[in-house]
Amino acid sequence: MSYLEYSVKTVPTGFSKVLHLNWALVLLLMSVSGIGFLMLYSVAGGSFNPWAAAQMKRFILGMSLMFAIAMVPIWFWRNVSGVLYFGSLVLLILVEFMGSVQMGAQRWIDLGFMRLQPSELMKITLVMFLATYYDWLPVNKTSRPLWIILPILIILVPTFLVLRQPDLGTSLLLLFGGAIVMFMAGLHWGYFAGVIAMGVGLVTAVFQSRGTTWQLLKDYQYRRIDTFLDPASDPLGAGYHITQSKIALGSGGWTGRGYMQGTQSRLNFLPEKHTDFIFTTLAEEFGFVGAFSLLSLYALIIFFCVFSAISNKDRFSALMTMGIAGTFFLFFAVNMSMVMGMAPVVGVPLPLVSYGGSAMLVILVAFGMIQSAHVHRPR
Amino acid sequence: MKRTNADNSASHNRITRRGLLLGGAQVGFMGLLGLRMRYLQVDQADEFRLLAEENRINIRLIPPARGEIFDRNGVIIAANEPSYRITMVREDAGNVEEVIERLSTLVELDESALNRAMAEMERSPRFLPITIAERISWEEMSRVAVNAPALPGVTPEVGLSRKYSHGSEFAHVIGYVGPVSDYDLSKIEDPDQLLLIPRFQIGKVGLEAKLEERLRGKAGTKRVEVNAVGRVMRELDRRNGQPGDDLQLTIDQKLQSYVQARLGDESAAAVVMDCKTGDILSINSSPTFDPNLFVRGISVADYRDLTENNHRPLATKSVQGTYPPGSTFKMVVAMAALEAGVINSETTHWCPGHLTVSNRRFHCWKRGGHGHMNLETALRESCDVYFYELALEVGIEKITEMANRLGLGIRHGIPMSAVARGLTPTKDWKQRNRDSSWVIGDTVNSSIGQGFVLASPLQLAVMTARLASGKAVEPRLVKSVNGIDQSAPPDEIPDLEVNQNHLRMVRKAMYAVSNNRRGTAYSQRIIQDGYRLAGKTGTSQVRNITAAERRAGVIRNEDLPWERRDHGLFVNFAPYDDPKYAVAVIIEHGGGSKAATPVARDITLQALYGGDPPLDAYPKKDRARIKAQQERLRREYPQLNTSDRDRA
Repeated sequence: MSYLEYSVKTVPTGFSKVLHLNWALVLLLMSVSGIGFLMLYSVAGGSFNPWAAAQMKRFILGMSLMFAIAMVPIWFWRNVSGVLYFGSLVLLILVEFMGSVQMGAQRWIDLGFMRLQPSELMKITLVMFLATYYDWLPVNKTSRPLWIILPILIILVPTFLVLRQPDLGTSLLLLFGGAIVMFMAGLHWGYFAGVIAMGVGLVTAVFQSRGTTWQLLKDYQYRRIDTFLDPASDPLGAGYHITQSKIALGSGGWTGRGYMQGTQSRLNFLPEKHTDFIFTTLAEEFGFVGAFSLLSLYALIIFFCVFSAISNKDRFSALMTMGIAGTFFLFFAVNMSMVMGMAPVVGVPLPLVSYGGSAMLVILVAFGMIQSAHVHRPR
Repeated sequence: MKRTNADNSASHNRITRRGLLLGGAQVGFMGLLGLRMRYLQVDQADEFRLLAEENRINIRLIPPARGEIFDRNGVIIAANEPSYRITMVREDAGNVEEVIERLSTLVELDESALNRAMAEMERSPRFLPITIAERISWEEMSRVAVNAPALPGVTPEVGLSRKYSHGSEFAHVIGYVGPVSDYDLSKIEDPDQLLLIPRFQIGKVGLEAKLEERLRGKAGTKRVEVNAVGRVMRELDRRNGQPGDDLQLTIDQKLQSYVQARLGDESAAAVVMDCKTGDILSINSSPTFDPNLFVRGISVADYRDLTENNHRPLATKSVQGTYPPGSTFKMVVAMAALEAGVINSETTHWCPGHLTVSNRRFHCWKRGGHGHMNLETALRESCDVYFYELALEVGIEKITEMANRLGLGIRHGIPMSAVARGLTPTKDWKQRNRDSSWVIGDTVNSSIGQGFVLASPLQLAVMTARLASGKAVEPRLVKSVNGIDQSAPPDEIPDLEVNQNHLRMVRKAMYAVSNNRRGTAYSQRIIQDGYRLAGKTGTSQVRNITAAERRAGVIRNEDLPWERRDHGLFVNFAPYDDPKYAVAVIIEHGGGSKAATPVARDITLQALYGGDPPLDAYPKKDRARIKAQQERLRREYPQLNTSDRDRA
């Protein structure tokens, strides 16, 4: 249902919008980010440099952006979602040609004051544009094959571009984020069953192709899968991460070794201890209690988002909120599974906690959208 | 587009239904994550804590054995020998001062090394082993092992350290290894994990540095169980690394050692090259130094001695030093003129002792002049005016082109440090670098290897080898890697692409230099048939001779202070009939070519005979002196006495 049919008069205006923000969500985001600062301070050996201070600055910038976005009516964001989507698509294509090569993958556009990762931007704009599409599409046409082709293209084009960079983690997030919006829009069950069947087929193909001329993944990606299946096979290479990460986690016990007392994660066993593997430090220093608390905070964020979505009568707002919340969920679910040895190592950060500028900003911008939808919901 | 109310509420209901379902699934997965967390952190906590603490399983790197370096006959040049050291882990030691106190009663601890170790300990994590003493004796090592219970955190370890058995002769070629520094690391992108080991030895200069990656090898790993005080309880498994590549050089150690001894304390360099293959049989720079000093960590006093010596022992003069080639450059001018068709073997020029070009008078070394000169007599007697005339006719561009073709002005790719490019000037070059245009006098100066022209001894040897063989040979230092020969088949070495007759004329003139009564190097000839050498003398001025000086009579070199005397050069190949070796010798401030010629002859004979030559290769009047010299060298340089039995 669209705003065209609602009276805009019931929506709060002016300063009173601030009162209608979803403050519980704001508090939760602050707590999770706060945990992030604590951990970054700790992994730097008790120092704000090089990570915690920079992360705080970006958090303040991100929070300001979130409030600014929340103040703008949601129908404005819906109307510009097409522009935003194609804008980020253009940026994605640009990184193919002018992105600076780092860590073997082209992911950044250097803006001078920060590095912009268009694939991060794409995570929100893709969800928003799909939500706009399904808001526009009459509900009874949702499952018609003809009307499925367009959203599939909308998802697959950026996914393919990101996969080429190569960034397997982000492209999976895009794929699943898009699928969540389609699912929420009411796409018939059968399609999902079909895709799952095809997925199984694809996985088989990926393994069959290994070593042949039409090999589908990079060698290092196969090695990561191998390592996931048998971490001991490469104790000093990639399997090393998982083994060490499990030891760090496990040695935390119930209550952990205490803040700044972690030894395993501090011993430079993990090269990415401030980014992808930051959860191990938390789990080691604060134990099960700390790790579970973070999980619970994430769960509460998801709960408030889902609640906000299903209580929102605007179709675009509901789809977008669920899509963003779903992507956010995938972020931490994949990261935690990876760290706990339940998934292969794909480079996905722990949202709001891992060090990383554009990820932090993009997540807060996304929550700005959710807040805007919440404030301007039809009453 | 208006939607019906029924449509709206149906859509909303569906969103609610699916939203709850999705939310539920997400919470369900989070539940799984929570369970996994509980399993790892609570149920298995004891096991992991044990792994993490009591019986930590450590993954340790096994440093690979560095590749060894041999000479062309298998004589070892750079070897690995076991060395004992003591390491300490701060975390396990508890009271560091006390443990060091106890340790110092057992082992002689070097004050400065200890201070360095303490500083390193402050900087690094508590659990990392830090080396406290290196190169301790076996007795000291056993004393530490016996007293282990009183020395928590202290571990005696055995490792390999580099030993250069013919150190000083090969110092400039092989270079040396030293502990990896932060500066080294900053230059490497994505460094090997091995390099992160404190004080890991890497090549610092010379071949050790240039071929570092090949020599280093790949690290192995071992998983060890360590107990609470950090002592290794047992090894669980190990994955062997790959040792570094063993290199065999083209250098002949025997010749290399002889040349080094022959150069003695002179500030000099000499290169011997195989004319046909480009193999470098010896490449020396003198004076030299002991690279083993650097491996151990050179003392400040020793280092100062090396840097403050005006003969610059640390400089690799053979490849790094560039000198005006002097008259040895005349072959280049001759070849350029022959190829350009400006002269033939008959063309003569009149030498009155000087030549005036655009109001400037250029002198010949022989003040009275040489009279009528053709190519052979001009090279033989090194007439400057003849080559002034040639250069004026040919022009600098063609001379430079020929110089490059003969291997001058080109950086040759051999794995030594600071291989110089030298300089073969062009008009463009002068405009760009000197900001003034080329004048005709520059061409005249270049024709006798003065002015801007610069060449290294290596380049002069390459030039001579190319003239002798007619092939564009490239210098080669590595003969084989892990026993696999690296040499290119002789027929793959490209031709020099010049007229072979012209080469023959130049070679014949070079023969006359050494074997004609009027040749500039006649006194230093070889009289054994089949071993005769053909060469060219060179003297390069370090100072300008002013007009006033010239009027007063040029000061004799012997009367000048050492650093203002002329450089002496000699290049040659031998035997003349079937050239095998090309030799280039430069004696810095030797006072002219006469300093280099006898050295080159001795080296040539040594190479041809593979040892001391019989005295009848020398002219009769020299034999007594040469015999005395051979005996003196054997006495003063005992390394020359190693017999073939010592070879591996």
